[in-house]
Amino acid sequence: MIDDIRAARDAALAEVERADTLDAIVTLEPRLTGKKGTLGVLKTQLGGLATVDEKKAAGQALNEATQAVEAALAARRDALGDAAVAAQVAGERLDLTEFAGRPTRGHAHLVTQAWERLEDVFIGLGFQVAEGPEVETDWHNFEALNMGEGHPARGEFDTLFLDDARDGHREHQILLRTHTSPVQIRTMLGAEPPIYIVAPGRVFRRDTPDATHMPVFHQIEGLVVDRGITLADLAGTIEAFTKAFFGPGFSSRLRPSYFPFTEPSAEFDIQRPDGSWLELGGCGMVHPNVLRAGGIDPEEWSGFAFGFGIDRMAVMRHQVADLRDMYADDLRFAEQF
Amino acid sequence: MKILLSWLNEYGDFADPADADAVQHLADTMTALGLAVEEVRHIGATVDGVITAKVLRLEQHPDAAKVQRVYVDAGDGAERHVWCGAFNMQIGDVVPLATLGTTMPDGRRIERRGILGIDSEGMLCAGDELALTDDHSGILILPDDAPLGVPYGDVLGLRPDVLFDLDLTRNRPDCWGYAGVARDVAARLGIELRLPQPVIEYSGEPRTAPVELVDGERCGRFTSTVISGVRVGPSVLWMQRRLTAAGMRPISNVVDVSNYVMLELNQPTHAYDLDTLGGGGFRVRAARDGETIVTLDGVERSLQPSDILICDANDAPIGVGGVMGGLHTEITDATTTVAFEAAWFKALPIMQTAGRLGLRSEASARYERGVDPYITHTAVARFVELLRETCPDLVVHPSTVDATGPGLPPQERSCEVRISQVNRILGTSLAADALPGLLDPIGFTVSGSGDVRTVALPSWRPDSTTEIDVVEEVARHLGYDSVGKTVPRSTVHGGLSVHQQRRRRLREVLLGLGITEAMPNPFLAPDTLSKAGLDGPTIRITNPLVDEESVLRTSLRPGLLRSLAFNESHRRQRARLFEIGHVYPPGTGELPDEYEALCVVLAGEEAPAAMAVWREIAVALGIGARVDQGRVPPGLHATRSATLQAGKDPTGAVGEVDPAVLRRFGVTERVAILELRLDEVLGREPKPAVWRPVSRHPSSDLDLAFVLGDDVPAEKLEKAIRQGAGTLLVDLELFDVYRGPGVGDEKRSIAYRLRLQAPDRNLTDADIGEVRRAVVAAAAKLGGELRG
Repeated sequence: MIDDIRAARDAALAEVERADTLDAIVTLEPRLTGKKGTLGVLKTQLGGLATVDEKKAAGQALNEATQAVEAALAARRDALGDAAVAAQVAGERLDLTEFAGRPTRGHAHLVTQAWERLEDVFIGLGFQVAEGPEVETDWHNFEALNMGEGHPARGEFDTLFLDDARDGHREHQILLRTHTSPVQIRTMLGAEPPIYIVAPGRVFRRDTPDATHMPVFHQIEGLVVDRGITLADLAGTIEAFTKAFFGPGFSSRLRPSYFPFTEPSAEFDIQRPDGSWLELGGCGMVHPNVLRAGGIDPEEWSGFAFGFGIDRMAVMRHQVADLRDMYADDLRFAEQF
Repeated sequence: MKILLSWLNEYGDFADPADADAVQHLADTMTALGLAVEEVRHIGATVDGVITAKVLRLEQHPDAAKVQRVYVDAGDGAERHVWCGAFNMQIGDVVPLATLGTTMPDGRRIERRGILGIDSEGMLCAGDELALTDDHSGILILPDDAPLGVPYGDVLGLRPDVLFDLDLTRNRPDCWGYAGVARDVAARLGIELRLPQPVIEYSGEPRTAPVELVDGERCGRFTSTVISGVRVGPSVLWMQRRLTAAGMRPISNVVDVSNYVMLELNQPTHAYDLDTLGGGGFRVRAARDGETIVTLDGVERSLQPSDILICDANDAPIGVGGVMGGLHTEITDATTTVAFEAAWFKALPIMQTAGRLGLRSEASARYERGVDPYITHTAVARFVELLRETCPDLVVHPSTVDATGPGLPPQERSCEVRISQVNRILGTSLAADALPGLLDPIGFTVSGSGDVRTVALPSWRPDSTTEIDVVEEVARHLGYDSVGKTVPRSTVHGGLSVHQQRRRRLREVLLGLGITEAMPNPFLAPDTLSKAGLDGPTIRITNPLVDEESVLRTSLRPGLLRSLAFNESHRRQRARLFEIGHVYPPGTGELPDEYEALCVVLAGEEAPAAMAVWREIAVALGIGARVDQGRVPPGLHATRSATLQAGKDPTGAVGEVDPAVLRRFGVTERVAILELRLDEVLGREPKPAVWRPVSRHPSSDLDLAFVLGDDVPAEKLEKAIRQGAGTLLVDLELFDVYRGPGVGDEKRSIAYRLRLQAPDRNLTDADIGEVRRAVVAAAAKLGGELRG
């Protein structure tokens, strides 16, 4: 009996060894380990053995044989499974550089890109973002900013005025805002200090388009009004912005200048790591008359304001030689960025 | 304003023009004071090694026709031979000789070089070769009495000098004169200021040119002084040179001295020939409407009452006040006695007159910024002092007529300055005692004691009127870089508003959908909107640059259609563009009904593509709107467009652009379009979605197709299905639309897959049967028939 078991086991193991597909294993399995398989049949014959010892020995041999065959089947199945996956992987090679089509993502306008970068830097410095209408009253655009009727500085803005269909019924002339500064006035009139805002936006001048001028362009303006705000705070804020936006190797300076809406007024320049200077924008301490126009007591509060061009940040970053290209809405331009 | 360093040095020891470091320090100081130095130009430099030499003889070489042999004496008595390509010099002429080893301004080095085996011992120079003039027509001929063998610069009086170009701000009219620049810079550098302090010395018989000041409001002061013994001729050389450097053409001693005084003291003056001055005096009044005068530049000017007219005593116009003198009263070579005007005009009328006449003179440029009303006497005295150099017999007759009017600003002005205010604004901790040191040298004389001081406001600084103006002066003379850099401790939390955050999300969604951002011109031609099918009231620009850009857009659509046409014409079909921008329809309030809008255009796409974009946006921003195809937005495709309706007012439009509009814009592809009013869409953040538990029980799908009339929107059927299916419906998907045989005319079959699931149990066949029955019943109410 024992010999029969061993023979059956060896035969079964040989068959497992010969199976070369997963399907073969599937058909083999019931035949080798099932009740009607050789080992199964031998099991039914155990009862015919003479002694208990014989039964015990044969039974044990039979169990061992069955386990060996099952283990061999499992091992063979795993091996064949691995081989099948390997064959599949080997057979379905792709060249990933065979790329049909092109990336479909759209391109944000260069002005938007610069605009959002600037916003993000100022948000990091604790500023909120304020906005205002692009069509403004003469009062918000000039008068409240310490440029009353006939102020000579008004002439420097090349203002685009708007026809007033309801002529004579309006208190103020309307115009396309020449700077984002009216947002300062609207912010001050709408909220109590402390005020920490930047106001990015579209502005308009009566300028013939050329490589460096457009009649429609963009500025960002900052306004801080709080207790004890000083010229040193302005210089420090400009410095912090400079390092955050341009990089740690850059620094800034203020030098005296003149704007009707600030005093003391300054131009701020950025020094590049190579030592060269770049004139960036104007700034200063908010003029007491402007604070008053905004309904704020200049004896209690003080503030600073600054402003510069967004478009220039965009063309500088990407070395765009002609501003007009940025506004042509030509996909061949937009897709470069 | 151009500042010549050698001239500036008259008023103090500012910098040696040959000392590059000192010159740079001076330039930096001026910039740090707000007198921005735009350019530093070194002039008057000479070429070392070029000396004077006399031409002894000239010889032609038979084999070299284009050059001649020149023999010169360079002062050492020896005869030197030079080849020369120019033929303009004569024997006895003194010429510049570049000796061997000289490096010319163009970098060339003069070597011993020969022609035909004969060496040249140097080179004779033309004006351009010495970077002196542009002349290359011949060798520069020097004065024939010049000593030989000396640097040519000594003969020509050339000195190294520096010309600063200052970009002056509107608040610094005083710096339109050398004295103003010198005062500011000397104070900052702490050096002695030497301003001319001439006094008029009257002599001879009393003679005056009376002044009748009719318009004393706008002409606050008009002085006239009679000066005889004038001999008109050229002015002295140094003055001519300085005026030339300042960009002024020397004319005659009288004119040049007048100009010199203007550049020095910022006081325009004018000399009239007293012998031809009608009535021998002046009358200053407003011009009459249509009155004309021929100004010095030969142009006839038509005037109006806003202009100030200088007339003679007979009321005949002789000059436009503060702008330009008249042609017919100009002094001539025969002039011997002048009536000399030094006047003060208000800034604004001069600016308006000069602007309207398009006549910006040196005088008007100064008056419109603001001239010191109290410098007239000094200017007259200085004029006399300088003119005397060429007119030694000058007599100033007693006395100067000084007519003043109510427009003349007060001489003494002052304001109170609190040191606490200075420190509060600047962030400094100055003591009040520091103020005199900073302010006195620039004429803001400090008096009093304690924490509040009285500060005099100098008459040459009309911009300065209040305490804050003085604070700025303190800052300038302290130095903006000495206040330090601090960062305010903001108590405000930085960030974007809800609207701004949602705008960014919207833009990201659109970019992710492969749509590129455009920024077309918001100014349109008068007919552009009607070409786009968008009629309605608009706002016009009063003073447009061109008529094609004279109307404010009321829609983003025309700009984007133009961009599509542009890209299509440059072989970029299927362009996908969007714009987020303002539109400006007229309104009834103080300002137009300006609002922020979105427009998306998809070239080569049909209306469903626009619907797909709308649905992406709706999901991303948590918004919804009814798609009302019964209301076709103007300018869009009549059978493929809809109004998007959220609440009472339309919030947008979706569909395709009317093909007729596309034809007018030159776009040949179809264009799918989506438009939204962003004030509504971005304004409110929807409430956060509330969690619904995900069922653990199995779901079951139910496919149902309905035949429905084309006049019933699928949206309605979908709504009916949702209502009919009730709470067991967890997902609904339209998966097929079929039109054709077996369905019937003007009908289509729409197939939906309903996914059903109960939160708390497994579904039974009865559940599914009930849903099916209810959905079929709901569809039937719309005329929808279950398709077998």
